[in-house]
Amino acid sequence: MQIPAEQITNIKRIAPEIALCFFGVLIMVVDSLLSATRKRSLIWLGLIGMLVALGCVEIAGSDPGPAYSDLIRMDAFSVFVHIIVIGAAALVILGSVQYLEHEGIQRAEYYALVLFAAAGMGILAGASELVTAFVGLEMSSISSYVLAGFRKRAAQSNEASLKYFILGSFATAFFLYGIAMTYGATGTTRIDLVRTTLQGLAHPPALAILGLGLIFVGLGFKVVAAPFQIYAPDVYEGAPTPVTALLASGPKAATFALMLRIFYVSFGSAHGTWFWAVWASAVLTMCIGNFAALAQTNVKRMLAYSSIAHAGYILVAFAASTAVGVAAVLFYLAVYVLMKVGAFLVLAHLGQTGEKRLEIQDYAGLGNKQPVLAACFSLFLLSLLGLPATGGFLGKFFAFQAALDSRIVWLVVIAAVNSVVGAYYYLRVIVAMYFWEPSKEYTPTRVAPTLTVALVIAAVGTLYLGVLPARVLALAKTAADSLFTSAR
Amino acid sequence: MNQQSHLLSVITFLPLLGVPALLVLRSEDHTWIRRIALAVSLAEFVISLWLLPGFSRVNPSYQFPEIYSWIAGANIRYHLGVDGISLFLVLLTTFLTPLAILCSWQSIRENVKGFFIALLIIETAMIGVFVSLDLFLFFVFWELTLIPMYFLIGIWGHDRRIYAAVKFILYTMFGSILMLVAILWLYNLTGSFDLLEIQARLNVTTLPAATELLLFGAFFLAFAIKVPLFPLHTWLPDAHTEAPTAGSVILAGVMLKLGTYGMLRFCLPLFPDAAHKMAPYIGMLAIIGIVYGALVATVQHDLKRLVAYTSVSHLGFVVLGLFAFSTVSIQGAIYQMLNHGVSTGALFLGVGMLYDRRHTHEIKEFGGLTTPMPVLMSFFLFICLSSLALPLLNGFVGEFLILIGVFEHHAAWASWAASGAVLSAIYLLWAYQRVALGEVTEEKNRTLPDASTRERVILVTVAGVILFMGVASPLFTRRMEASTNNVLRQMDRVRDASRPTLVPPAGTQNIPSSSPHAEGSLANTTLKRARP
Repeated sequence: MQIPAEQITNIKRIAPEIALCFFGVLIMVVDSLLSATRKRSLIWLGLIGMLVALGCVEIAGSDPGPAYSDLIRMDAFSVFVHIIVIGAAALVILGSVQYLEHEGIQRAEYYALVLFAAAGMGILAGASELVTAFVGLEMSSISSYVLAGFRKRAAQSNEASLKYFILGSFATAFFLYGIAMTYGATGTTRIDLVRTTLQGLAHPPALAILGLGLIFVGLGFKVVAAPFQIYAPDVYEGAPTPVTALLASGPKAATFALMLRIFYVSFGSAHGTWFWAVWASAVLTMCIGNFAALAQTNVKRMLAYSSIAHAGYILVAFAASTAVGVAAVLFYLAVYVLMKVGAFLVLAHLGQTGEKRLEIQDYAGLGNKQPVLAACFSLFLLSLLGLPATGGFLGKFFAFQAALDSRIVWLVVIAAVNSVVGAYYYLRVIVAMYFWEPSKEYTPTRVAPTLTVALVIAAVGTLYLGVLPARVLALAKTAADSLFTSAR
Repeated sequence: MNQQSHLLSVITFLPLLGVPALLVLRSEDHTWIRRIALAVSLAEFVISLWLLPGFSRVNPSYQFPEIYSWIAGANIRYHLGVDGISLFLVLLTTFLTPLAILCSWQSIRENVKGFFIALLIIETAMIGVFVSLDLFLFFVFWELTLIPMYFLIGIWGHDRRIYAAVKFILYTMFGSILMLVAILWLYNLTGSFDLLEIQARLNVTTLPAATELLLFGAFFLAFAIKVPLFPLHTWLPDAHTEAPTAGSVILAGVMLKLGTYGMLRFCLPLFPDAAHKMAPYIGMLAIIGIVYGALVATVQHDLKRLVAYTSVSHLGFVVLGLFAFSTVSIQGAIYQMLNHGVSTGALFLGVGMLYDRRHTHEIKEFGGLTTPMPVLMSFFLFICLSSLALPLLNGFVGEFLILIGVFEHHAAWASWAASGAVLSAIYLLWAYQRVALGEVTEEKNRTLPDASTRERVILVTVAGVILFMGVASPLFTRRMEASTNNVLRQMDRVRDASRPTLVPPAGTQNIPSSSPHAEGSLANTTLKRARP
């Protein structure tokens, strides 16, 4: 039997998702063959799955183009986001082994769900048709609803799962309505065709604008943009910490990628309409995130608010509405994923069994007791703060630059002032770690080798992007260009 | 020649090389940690002296240049160079760091390794600020000075150290983040982060007045907080009082100069129009700072706080000198930066030595100290005299040049500022009298040991430099002259109104050429709409 060459290309272009799903299923099958004590070795299967998926991304990236009559595309943009989300998922898996062991929830489903979530995010990154995007969104969301409740004996974790599920369902419903409206207005759900249709009209029809608004609500929820951020602190705080690391990084990156495609490509001609919505949302997101974080004493919750604030900075770059802005968003996402996953993984370790030690005073004197871990944590915090020579600084730098390039001066000023507000609460943790007297009753636990590897990758990555960003920046620029070339 | 061309990089990063050396030592091995830190900083000083023979004093441009592409995609370069303005500030930094290390020899007992690592990192960052000619690079170093200083104050400081450390860092970050926005804006207007290119671009065009004023304001605010200019000075007394001695020496000696250096390097030549427009107000703030700092210093009962307020007063002189826009006053200002670094650094060293003995800064705890410690207190007097600008000592030259320069254009300013010179004699001599002269008032003070050999080395070195700078000032000012005139020449373009206005490049410039039409409409809307 002859398989048409077109089919082979199609399969090649969704090979990363196939690999992730395949290994996810494989993990569940192998799980039934393993005794309870050997479950942790499943992590290797998960990691191999990730590596294979990354390999597929690399291969597919060398031959970019659409697949399945342009339902999904593998272009430079998609490749960049794929690497971010799969990388984030791999770091999270590496960092969770010890945590799961301590919590007594070492199960195969965990790894499988992370892989499925990653596959969903991969679809989001490549989707060039709105219903496909919806499938990807659901796939990643449903996996993360389950993951959020993975510590099933903890009430908080259950609360997080339920909250995330109910509100998340609303958000996806909004997104679906948005797609329906867009279809009604333009007669198509393909992102590039929506663009051509809208460009042909003098004014975008009201129905399409309504659709865009609903899409913004749905996706704004997933990237935690204000005013749709209400759920985030509770969910992030309640979910098991490694899962929080995933929630705060992967879906956000993938959803921002989809937002870029929909807003820039489909609704590029309606830019004047959505610009102020993004502008206002960016201001709100930054201010709410930063000022609420100031009041937190629980470090995990504080980092949850900080990820709201960071969504705001990304929206600043988003508002730029140029290819430079896209590159800035992508670069920011790459940095953000590294530092945020790193910070949450450190917390996952420091929280100890039952996530008991998450208050800021629990970290008093950590600099003396675990100097390397404390230094690592400080690096992530300083990067989140935006200190030069860390990736976080360049992320902000390029974001501000892109926005100024488009003459969005006041938004940049607001963002800049916000980042000083942010400095206060990040530094407070460092104050506790280094300036306070060590607390007596704390006994450090050993850092597992897998976690060490994850933290080293995150830390080195953060520094690398801060000192030698040229390569990744060039990739981000190519990715940004491919977003627009694909639109033609 | 090859070696010459990398001299600045070597000087900038040598202290950083000491960090891994310290890291491999055991934390308990205090002696070797101190020795290696001292050795690195001394080697650094010696190497930095090599700048002098190679430095041409007639050449107004930047010397020992190094240019490499750093982040190609964003047009960011690694560009170093020194001129007559930054040369001596680099030397000041490399001179004060070994002293700061020496003075912490005994007084720092906890986490010794971390302390010296922080000092070495600060040294690299400060030198980096002085030698970088790329605004991005400058900003990176500028921010990097903050974190180690934050740790120095927060970990090894005195009782209210955490409050002081947080206040210090938040104040400074607030200023510098707006400067970052200004740097980006400037890049947006000129297409470069390179100081020389920006300067060249601005020399042939004019900025719209409002833009120039905003940019000037953003830069100036960052520098004024650092200096600190009245009324932005409130972080300084706390930071100084709470910092360990070495921290105060570095903070007063070099870090405050980052602010005045920034004004001279960026605010004046890049935005001369705005500088001229704002000069009367800035001059007024500087004079208020001079008098206010002096008056507040007079009534302090904490010796270290007193010295801290003298900085407010002395740096008021520097800012005044800069914003009088004459060759003499600017030279005086640069000279006064150096003087203040040496003299106030020395005052803090002296105060630190007293603190090591009595663990207090309260003036009333001392009294009649010349009886038990004749050597230490004689040197202390010498340093006080230098700080209050006694002729033949360094402080006199700086203040005198500033006052002459200011008097040429603004006689009233000069007379007000001169009152500061009188006041400085009052507060320093009065403080000295209460601390050192008369009967020994506290029994505990009777048995205090006089200066140890280590302390004598510090004091003799400082005193030697004070005297040398007092009598051999032409050696310094000659080397500053060409660069100072260069700054003033760049400022002169203000009078030439025939140049075209700098029109910012359209927002579309960065749209990839591969898809102009795909993006054109989007970007054009941006330009029309996005002006909040």
